[in-house]
Amino acid sequence: MPRINSASELEKLRQEIRKKRDPKKLSIALCSGTACLASGCESVNEAFESELSKQGLEAEIALRRTGCHGFCERGPLVVIYPEEICYTQVKPEDVPEIVQSAKEKKVIERLLYVDPVTGKKVKREPDIPFYKNQQRFVFGPNRWIDPRSIEDYLYIGGYGALSKALFEMSPDQVLEEVKKADLRGRGGGGFPAGKKWEETKSAPGETKYVIVNCDEGDPGAYMDRSLMEGNPHSVLEGLVIGAYAIGSHEGFIYVRQEYPVACTNIEWAIKQAEEYGLLGENILGSGFNFRVKVHRGAGAFVSGESSALMSAIEGKVGEPKLKYIHTAISGVKDRPSNLNNVETWANVPLIINKGSEWFRSIGSEGSKGTKIFSLVGKVNNTGLVEVPMGMTLRQIIYDIGGGIPKGKKFKGVQTGGPSGGIIPEQYLDTPIDFDELVKLGSMVGSGGMVVMDEETCMVDTARYFIDFCCEESCGKCIPCREGLRVLREILTDICEGRGKDGDIEAIEEVAEVMADASLCALGKTAANPVLTTLKYFGDEYEAHIKEKRCPAKVCSNLINYYIDPDKCEACMICLRNCPSEAIQGGKGLVHWIDQEKCTKCGICYQLCPPRFGAVVKLSGETIPAPTPGKTVVRKKGG
Amino acid sequence: MIGVSGIVNRVVDKHGRDKDMLIQILLDLQSGFGWLPREVLAGVRKELGIPLTRVYQVATFYKAFSFAPRGRHRIRVCMGTACQVRGAPLIRDRVQQVLGVEPGETSPDMKFSLETVNCLGCCAMGPVMTIGDEYHGHLTISDVEKTLDKCK
Repeated sequence: MPRINSASELEKLRQEIRKKRDPKKLSIALCSGTACLASGCESVNEAFESELSKQGLEAEIALRRTGCHGFCERGPLVVIYPEEICYTQVKPEDVPEIVQSAKEKKVIERLLYVDPVTGKKVKREPDIPFYKNQQRFVFGPNRWIDPRSIEDYLYIGGYGALSKALFEMSPDQVLEEVKKADLRGRGGGGFPAGKKWEETKSAPGETKYVIVNCDEGDPGAYMDRSLMEGNPHSVLEGLVIGAYAIGSHEGFIYVRQEYPVACTNIEWAIKQAEEYGLLGENILGSGFNFRVKVHRGAGAFVSGESSALMSAIEGKVGEPKLKYIHTAISGVKDRPSNLNNVETWANVPLIINKGSEWFRSIGSEGSKGTKIFSLVGKVNNTGLVEVPMGMTLRQIIYDIGGGIPKGKKFKGVQTGGPSGGIIPEQYLDTPIDFDELVKLGSMVGSGGMVVMDEETCMVDTARYFIDFCCEESCGKCIPCREGLRVLREILTDICEGRGKDGDIEAIEEVAEVMADASLCALGKTAANPVLTTLKYFGDEYEAHIKEKRCPAKVCSNLINYYIDPDKCEACMICLRNCPSEAIQGGKGLVHWIDQEKCTKCGICYQLCPPRFGAVVKLSGETIPAPTPGKTVVRKKGG
Repeated sequence: MIGVSGIVNRVVDKHGRDKDMLIQILLDLQSGFGWLPREVLAGVRKELGIPLTRVYQVATFYKAFSFAPRGRHRIRVCMGTACQVRGAPLIRDRVQQVLGVEPGETSPDMKFSLETVNCLGCCAMGPVMTIGDEYHGHLTISDVEKTLDKCK
């Protein structure tokens, strides 16, 4: 491919690509995001390839492997264009039928998504409630393009914003547009991106750096991964535009090595962009030079913090620094460095293309644009959702997420990862934006949204996050390192039935010191999950401490498994599978658990057929004495 | 045979013999050897001309690096929040029980190593574990033994 030397050459190439492609042509898009890969889309792809070649249809039907579509719960996903017919949970054996029906313009009813609310089958992808209630500007193109194909990206208008910025706008105009759009950072705190850019731009020093942060460490969040894997050029385009505005000629893309596909796809995108003259020397013939290097992160949560990440780029230990001087002024190699997260960068081309007015028309008063959330945990439709800021938690969890599985009751939703908090039911109608969630003691963070039902213990969850931060604290400052250790001890005691009076006061005191005196945001915010659970679920703490009872029946020291002799049908399933041989009884004899031997692994609870439901969890109640030798009287037809 | 020092030399060359690339160099060596033997770390020190303490400081800070050989099958159980609320601790306990090793350990016959990780980034499918590069999602306690049978 000869390099592109001007804006008009780019448009010419785009027209050529568009001319070659017929939008009405039959094509099959197979989602190949990590979740679909995990559900077996590799073998579905092989089946498509062999079926298309067997029938000699390779020229007639285009097969495209795309990035993540978002509806990960239902993978592998297949979408047939131009009709946008969506098939979910596709297996290799379905493939011949799919190809045949696509050819004949028919629809396979059994592979369609069934709306659990109406019970109706939904034919087209955009009509599925999960997608219908979203506005997918940043994440949407994932489903149309092969992340390894720059032509696909150019086809949908890619690098048009870069060309506009370079030839129709001055760097100051680009900066002004991003400032006017009020784009706030999507990685955590929601700091205005334009302000950060301006600070770096006006900082003294010739050499400045721009950095993409893809060290997505928050457990429960994976939108950056899916963007980086599915549409790497959009991130790259945003980065080059930012570099132009700031006056930077060198950049870094920091990707955690746990995301191998993201590493490969961005490397691939960089290579292609360089070949096409969209990156490197004299970009598009504009005279602007910009080079970028990929830096793999070696696995440390704290390295996602901006100053720590910059140390890691220098090949050092990723520990945060005191920020009395902003990294915008003194970052990588003590030079002005502007860092934004993946999703923030991917928003930039949209703002340049459609203008700040358009961007500001979406979202809430203080938070403009859309945000991608990873809606996971105890919710029916798990996956990635992109919604305008200001949508309520209830809309996201119920209208898009389809509510809580198995008719269970909603208990709370965790946002913002280990720095965030847990929001209870009474705040479900809160509009989500950067400021509203902070008011509730939580934060948007990078966009993790973990839904919890009545079977989640809030004390155990608080302990989980403190455990997480204990392991991830770099240990540089004492309030974080020691504060977390103390919190872990107290919470473990409470979960294991050793809680005592004064524990809650001690937690609050330690949390206050950590928030005041820790060096970086990890320590400052680490106690948020504990403080929000104390505030909203204080009665659960009380039950653990005073009654030695776990209301959600999770904390294993405080629960016992028990087989209800009136419900047990002596089916032998739990008895055979108990790893510690704690279940007694036999064929025709009601089973019972020897509490001395029981390790509380929960296998019997999970294996007992739901139609019997004989294994139950007890907490704070006396375990009824077993009835050895009791025989089962089988009900007719049972 | 190019030997350990030859390999180290080659990797350091690939990264322009740049001290700033220490983490990238160690990552490449880790993926090549499967762990970081002493002589590899000493080789990096020599090639980059930096103190051995600096090599160790970096290598011990990040989780990707291992100072002992790992088993043939690397089993990772995700303990991310999404997996956690869907019962990851029970899955971890069951895996431990079936394999007879604790997280962070490798079985004496070097067949498998067990690790728990903070998030595999596959949150919609929780609870998740990986065996090598293969993902296994929507696990239940009763699936664990069957799934692990493959590498037993």
